[in-house]
Amino acid sequence: MEPVVEVVDLRKRYGKVVAVDGISFTVGRGEIFGIVGPNGAGKSTTVECLAGLREKESGTVSVLGLDPLKEGRKLRERIGVQLQEAALPDDIKVWEALDLYASFYRRSADWKILLEQWGLAPKRDTRFENLSGGQKQRLFIALALVNEPEIVFLDEITTGLDPQARRLTWDLVRKIRTRGAAVLLVTHSMEEAEKLCDRVAIIDEGRVVALDSPEALVREGDLEASVRLQGLDGFDVAALRTLDNVSRAGWEGDELVVYGHGPLLARVIVDLDHRGFTPSGVSVGRRTLEDVFVEKTGHLIRD
Amino acid sequence: MRALWKMTLVEAKLFWREPVGLFFTLVFPVMVLLLFSAIFGNGPIPGDQGLRMIDVMAPSYTGMVIGTTALLGLPITLAGYRQQGTLRRLRATPLHPSAILAAHVLVNLLMTGVGIMLLLLTARVVYDLRLPEAPLSVTLAFVLASLSFFALGFVLAGVLPNARTAQIVGQVVFFPMFFLSGAAGIQPDMFPVALRRVSDLLPLTYVVKLVQQLWIAGEWDLQALVVLLGVMVASILVSARTFRWE
Repeated sequence: MEPVVEVVDLRKRYGKVVAVDGISFTVGRGEIFGIVGPNGAGKSTTVECLAGLREKESGTVSVLGLDPLKEGRKLRERIGVQLQEAALPDDIKVWEALDLYASFYRRSADWKILLEQWGLAPKRDTRFENLSGGQKQRLFIALALVNEPEIVFLDEITTGLDPQARRLTWDLVRKIRTRGAAVLLVTHSMEEAEKLCDRVAIIDEGRVVALDSPEALVREGDLEASVRLQGLDGFDVAALRTLDNVSRAGWEGDELVVYGHGPLLARVIVDLDHRGFTPSGVSVGRRTLEDVFVEKTGHLIRD
Repeated sequence: MRALWKMTLVEAKLFWREPVGLFFTLVFPVMVLLLFSAIFGNGPIPGDQGLRMIDVMAPSYTGMVIGTTALLGLPITLAGYRQQGTLRRLRATPLHPSAILAAHVLVNLLMTGVGIMLLLLTARVVYDLRLPEAPLSVTLAFVLASLSFFALGFVLAGVLPNARTAQIVGQVVFFPMFFLSGAAGIQPDMFPVALRRVSDLLPLTYVVKLVQQLWIAGEWDLQALVVLLGVMVASILVSARTFRWE
């Protein structure tokens, strides 16, 4: 995969506060790459350095083969950006914003098509302040696409959206990739990263703690799946621990929880049956990126 | 150039949609003109050949249009843009920062022009304002004075953190200046000496002097011209150092 973004050992401090503490990653052409982590982990600073909006302290950054600081305007011709805490004037109408932003670029898409594609055609003449959160977000994404960019940076685009609008936005982000652009998605939502990204870098306190595809990260180790069993009072857990697929088993309150991989549920139930035990309730869980984060950092992700 | 043109056009529409700015640039000056003329009347000015009250007052009031636009409208808009993240979004495009500033200068210049025309037209129609001796020079003076004050407005816009503080500081700077500069119609030569000293320190005083002198006598007040150019240069230097985008 040909990289469109290459970051090596990026560092940035604000006064004494270290925001980015040696981050490295690459993004391939046409990839949806996620930077996930809690608020204040250094995600936005990283993106701002990539878009040439912030000076890095050290390390090398190359986006589309350009130096974002020295060749910032040239770079911004070819990328689309939606930053956090960036907005439009309250009174600007949807079509005016698109028409205006299209005029900033040498190459620009027909914004009337974008209007259709992003479901904004009925809101063409609506003022920005009168749009719903989801509509504003769609307008922002449409604006980030107005120059047919080769990479799109999207920073926390679903924060504050209701679940339905969130899902809709996810579909739209997948659509960007089908146009051939790479997407660099910044989010504090592990769920969002897992659903959308081809690869994710999990960031905490300015460092990359894990980097791979969500599937690989979740599969990593032997804790992929979990089975929670109720109504097994008096059962000896030690017996389960000898099973092939089980890596960990123990009581959590009055539930017996078994972690492992492969066809875990079937093995556990068959074994219990052999021993003459039948659980009154069973639930099966899958390891998520959230679990990966907790394991790698030793703390919960704070919203 | 296409970007600058679009940006100016959009900003002009936005200006038109913002009632507070419209009021201060277009309505307030006409209101002051009509009210003060009703109070002071439009009698002949003793000693001056054929001059009446309106011929002195109307040119002074133009300072009010320039002052409100530059010190209230422009800083409030730009500080609001920074607070909301509009400037941050624009910075993520290839647009040169100077194009953003240029668009704001052009729009405010245009709106100041409209405000001044409306004011003078009212004075002409209602009170038979005498036409200027040197209309071209007067126009040039309007442009110079406006640019000088816009530069001052950019200093405020650059350092004030949000629209609300810009509103308060703008009013604190504007209103005393408005009353003491002659832009409210009351001419500083009628002030007590101490107050006249204060008046001499206010940039708006020189806008009034410049315009009045050109309007009535067709002559450039060189001192006023130098002061306003000085304010412009100093303000540009300061705002170039202090203007913050985020």
